[in-house]
Amino acid sequence: MTIPLPQRHNPLVEARNLSKRFGGIQALANVSLTLRAGEVHGLVGENGAGKSTLAKIIGGVYQPDGGELLVDGRPVRFGAPRDALAAGIATIAQELALVPEMPVRENVFLGVEPRRFGVVQREELRQRFAALDARTGFGVPGDILVGDLRIADRQKVEILRALARDARVILMDEPTASLTADETDRLLAIIRRLAAEGTAIVLVSHFLDEVLAVSDEVTVMRDGHLVRTAPASEETTESLVAAMIGRRIELAFPPRPALSPTAPVVLAADHLQRRGAIADISFDIRAGEIVGLAGLVGSGRTEIARAIFGADPLDAGRILVNGQPVAIRSPRDAAAAGIAMLPESRKEQGLFMERSVRENATIAVLPEMSPGGVVDTRRERQVARDAVREVDVRTRSLEAPVVTLSGGNQQKVLFAKWLLLRPKILLADEPTRGVDVGAKRQIYELLARLAGEGMGVLLISSEIEEVLGLAHRVLVLRNGRLVAEFPAEAATKDAVMSAAFGTPLLAGEVA
Amino acid sequence: MSGGSNLGAEPVAAPARRFSALDRIDVRSYGIVLSFLALFTALSLATDKFLTQRNLLNILDQSAPVGIVACGVTIGIIAGVFDLSVGAIFAVAAVAACKLALLTNPWVGIVAGVLFGAALGIVNGVLVNTVKINSFIATLASSIVFRGIAILVTGGLIVTVTDPAFKILGTATFLGAKYTVWVFALFAIATSFLLSRTTLGRYFYAVGGNAEAASLSGIRVEQVRTLAFIISGLSAGIAGVLAASRTSSAQPDLGMELALQAIAAAVVGGTSIMGGQGAIWRAVLGVLILAMIGNGFNLLGIDTIYQQIVQGLLIMLAVGLDQLLRRRR
Repeated sequence: MTIPLPQRHNPLVEARNLSKRFGGIQALANVSLTLRAGEVHGLVGENGAGKSTLAKIIGGVYQPDGGELLVDGRPVRFGAPRDALAAGIATIAQELALVPEMPVRENVFLGVEPRRFGVVQREELRQRFAALDARTGFGVPGDILVGDLRIADRQKVEILRALARDARVILMDEPTASLTADETDRLLAIIRRLAAEGTAIVLVSHFLDEVLAVSDEVTVMRDGHLVRTAPASEETTESLVAAMIGRRIELAFPPRPALSPTAPVVLAADHLQRRGAIADISFDIRAGEIVGLAGLVGSGRTEIARAIFGADPLDAGRILVNGQPVAIRSPRDAAAAGIAMLPESRKEQGLFMERSVRENATIAVLPEMSPGGVVDTRRERQVARDAVREVDVRTRSLEAPVVTLSGGNQQKVLFAKWLLLRPKILLADEPTRGVDVGAKRQIYELLARLAGEGMGVLLISSEIEEVLGLAHRVLVLRNGRLVAEFPAEAATKDAVMSAAFGTPLLAGEVA
Repeated sequence: MSGGSNLGAEPVAAPARRFSALDRIDVRSYGIVLSFLALFTALSLATDKFLTQRNLLNILDQSAPVGIVACGVTIGIIAGVFDLSVGAIFAVAAVAACKLALLTNPWVGIVAGVLFGAALGIVNGVLVNTVKINSFIATLASSIVFRGIAILVTGGLIVTVTDPAFKILGTATFLGAKYTVWVFALFAIATSFLLSRTTLGRYFYAVGGNAEAASLSGIRVEQVRTLAFIISGLSAGIAGVLAASRTSSAQPDLGMELALQAIAAAVVGGTSIMGGQGAIWRAVLGVLILAMIGNGFNLLGIDTIYQQIVQGLLIMLAVGLDQLLRRRR
């Protein structure tokens, strides 16, 4: 099978002024991008900058609210990924979409098997697979079950699958995130090779070195806007980080509560270790202190909070509350030790969406108002009403299911729930995710107030401004390790981001 | 709408959701009640044999065993576990009650039969929690074992109790209604109270609605699931003993269709098979609707072959409606 080599500078896909809103959040604003055959296009930006949204629109996962998408110069509207695939655009997602119980060969041709009268032509399938494998030089055995392959090899299968569908554009979202250095090098070589054959590749990645090494052009995004598109040869990791950070609308933060230099340590993490997630994590939080935890998605921020809260088991390390080691084997133990956690995803991990505001607010402290195990509903209603008022939840009724509340108010219900426990330590993981600006400000004030009242707060956020604006101290994580610590005065965006990305322009890095 | 940051500031597609969520609750609450009343009225008008004290008490008496089990199964479904072994537990309890009544005395047999039901519930709970098998598969497997035990104990034969004291529970009446009806009523009230008024009831909803959130709220998820199995086992134990007492006999192949009938009743009543939602009164209405259909067919003299078709269609309708209303979110 010979494929005519397309003209190199032919625009295959053109995005014109694409926009996408998710509720109150402008995920993508007026973004234009051109993908040419034979070109690797790097897409970089902070968490939430809009790069995945852009890739998902091109891949047919999302539909744009504004702007248009052209393939071969003709406008297209993709309703689903299969439409994009039909137009030659394949996506290789972070979570691979293969059937583990089927052999490689059948996965590659799943849905496009050569068949006659509905019967799969096994011999032809074998030959086509061999031809494809030879063309890419992958050397993946066709009859091994995908479930038995390593992640790197599964990615190759995904790529073969894209090519089996004659994909001319392949979108890769963080393809190297779970690969070893060796495997990454090989994948990058494959990407170059595919491009040399005329495939256009979009590479979404946090790893700026890789992007620079393999891309022809790099597009930097920030807050849903395109900052610039430039040839990779004109960029450096430093120039990319600078463009990614930029300047943006300042959010108003409440003043940090005063922190007494003699405030006691309420929580100490001592060499926490969990295989494949976090390594050698030690830090403490003092009463009244807000400690910010910064780092890229996947750097281990959430894993630290979950480990302290007993949601995931630790392999090693101790947790001390008020100087005393505590054995935390479950969230129940953590709550008993005075630790509360607002989980990363309030829908999946925090709320009972169909149940009422009242039931959600009181669930963690229900036994306190239930003599003999029977709920004193009058007292419960009173407690719930006070708690909800305390954090200013706007709801038409205590009995309204939380699913009917706005994101900000849902989050406040979770605050109400944990504050009823009167915790000494609050682990707040992405407390403002998916929350509008007004509610954000209220949540900032709430965090500051709680710290002012003596609570120790661990604040995790993908929005670096929040961490910088609220925390007394910022810890930076990279690849599961603490790599830097900054007091509020020294915590600049550049310094924190550099530490998070591991680029060399560091000021406050610890050895 | 983005400007309304003051009054419950609406983000991500909330406004449309608010109304559909309200609709859903209304339809679910009243839909089943209306169906019940419609059927009741239709049968009252269609035949004068329906709306008589005797016939209505007869319906209640006949629905008592499946009704009690439907209450137990409903608690399981709300807590997110399916108990397919209630039919087998029903048989074990009935057989055990008869055997022990023969060996000791009738009252020991009756109490032991009920306790056997609860004990087998513990077995199910331990199985699901420790081996981490899906409850559907686990109880399907355990039900085969339980029934095997019943066959082993009886040698596959019917066990008959001759002591007249044994059949009092299943046949005697109190204030005009059979004891079975009273037991059904008491069990429904007790489980309803448990679900709606106790911390454990709240935990059943929490664990079935969002197990991870429940665990992160400090709830012992596995323990709550085991308790749900114990209650459904207990319900099957009580029902089995009532059935054994009614006929003064038991055999190992009793209650072959009981699990599916009980689940069907729960679902027809509007308890969501996804867990986290539902109520005992729904199970009771579901059982009564299915029983009234059967009763109506008998009274009207229609071939019973159609009865199955109508019951099946009704279950499809109930589950289909459940899905449809969910999708509207």
